Amino acid sequence: MGEKMAVNGDTAIAMAWKQINPDVVAAYPITPQTIIVEAFSDYVHDGEVDTEYVCAESEHSALSICVGASAAGSRVATATASAGLAFMWEMLYIAASMRTPIVMAIANRTLSGPINIHCDHSDAMGARDSGWVQIFGENVQEAYDNTLIAFRIAEHMKVRLPTMTCIDGFIITHALERFEPLDVETVRNFLGPYQAVRPLLDLKNPTTYGPIAMPDYYFEIKYQQAVAMEEALKVTRDVMAEFAEVSGRKYDLVDGYQVDDAEYVIVAMGSTAGTLRYVVDQMRADGKKVGTVKVRLFRPFPMEDMAKLLKGKKAVAVMDRAMSPGTGGALYSDVLQSLVGMDDAPLVINYVYGLGGRDVMPGQLTGVFEDLIKGNENRINYMGVRK
Amino acid sequence: MANEKSSELPPGGIITDAGSSERYHTGEWRSQRPEVDKDKCTNCLTCWIYCPDNSIIVENEKMVGFKYTHCKGCGICANQCPAKAITMKEEGL
Ligand code: SF4
Ligand code: SF4
Repeated sequence: MGEKMAVNGDTAIAMAWKQINPDVVAAYPITPQTIIVEAFSDYVHDGEVDTEYVCAESEHSALSICVGASAAGSRVATATASAGLAFMWEMLYIAASMRTPIVMAIANRTLSGPINIHCDHSDAMGARDSGWVQIFGENVQEAYDNTLIAFRIAEHMKVRLPTMTCIDGFIITHALERFEPLDVETVRNFLGPYQAVRPLLDLKNPTTYGPIAMPDYYFEIKYQQAVAMEEALKVTRDVMAEFAEVSGRKYDLVDGYQVDDAEYVIVAMGSTAGTLRYVVDQMRADGKKVGTVKVRLFRPFPMEDMAKLLKGKKAVAVMDRAMSPGTGGALYSDVLQSLVGMDDAPLVINYVYGLGGRDVMPGQLTGVFEDLIKGNENRINYMGVRK
Repeated sequence: MANEKSSELPPGGIITDAGSSERYHTGEWRSQRPEVDKDKCTNCLTCWIYCPDNSIIVENEKMVGFKYTHCKGCGICANQCPAKAITMKEEGL
């Protein structure tokens, strides 16, 4: 520990994989995730890892290979973005259903069309209901830290669910930031050796993965995922606490900043959370009672934590970097659901923002706080669009 | 009909019991049943090779009938039989 370097988010993830030395990585490059798999294939070529690296012919194949490798009994990582994640759609559900604890990095990029390679969260939102644990990182340090944490959540015996760690495309994937990796011994002790459950390659205990389940069994198998997600909430909290002990970096499922006495709060995920802390500092200097909440764990959604942070506030704006045309964003729905039944629940409104990589300027976020203070009751707002 | 609770099933619906498909009676799906005319049958065993459910009963290298617990009535044997010795009959008539 203690070594400081300047790397971009993609490289930080590749460095985490190098330290973890997964048994199998199967991937297909797609902007803005490409640096991860390029850097990692260098490590493979240079013999710095023992990983079986499979260059798949598509994302559908990449995740299929990961599912097979995980069922066979290996620790598996992959990465994708945007259309690549959409092309994995079928296999996402299968990975969750087979309880294969694959860890996947997502370099959040919008979905076409119009075709666009820049950041928003619409790719990850498409995977929202697939049964994957979803963690959003704010910066390069979190890109790395979340990767380590994700393996522990995914592989926990009470969870055994695939886990995706998301970072904002280009904004974090390609930007150089100061970053402190852990040393390799700390990483390997933190993760421990991989524990397979009924591996396919255990010929003494033959196992069938992915059998058909008719109406008499499907629901029961699916319900197991709901139970595992509930466990994942507790497990994530414990793993983050343990991570704080080894790294000195304290994380929570949702992080509040200046919320205790705040009257107006903005909730966001990803890199915008950092911009929001800056905006809060500026407005606090002017005596405004504002605060912000960063959502780190999106699935399972930490409703009780969210409710605790937002209790007693006058108004809340939820920032969604994706949209569900015809209703508000997904984060908005989850925040609203967290507040159901609360006495004097705050007014909660939604801002869809930053689509297709549209820059998010501090002044615009100040504008959102000012809307809240003025009493904007318009439920669904579009920040910065030329209407 | 199954009665196990979700919590009693192996995670992910994996099957940890080798050969358990024997206990799954795919014969219940059948809407047509194959019947053989042994006068036409030459015991070439083409049906045995093709049957996807291992439901052609062979004794002493002779085709002797069908395992109706698992024959799901797909008709492949009847289609493949070079001697046209197998006919598919409606079930439940
Ligand atoms: S394929 Fe026809 S002829 Fe050959 S063994 Fe089967 S029933 Fe008899
Ligand atoms: S009908 Fe299909 S399942 Fe039944 S014996 Fe013929 S080939 Fe096998």
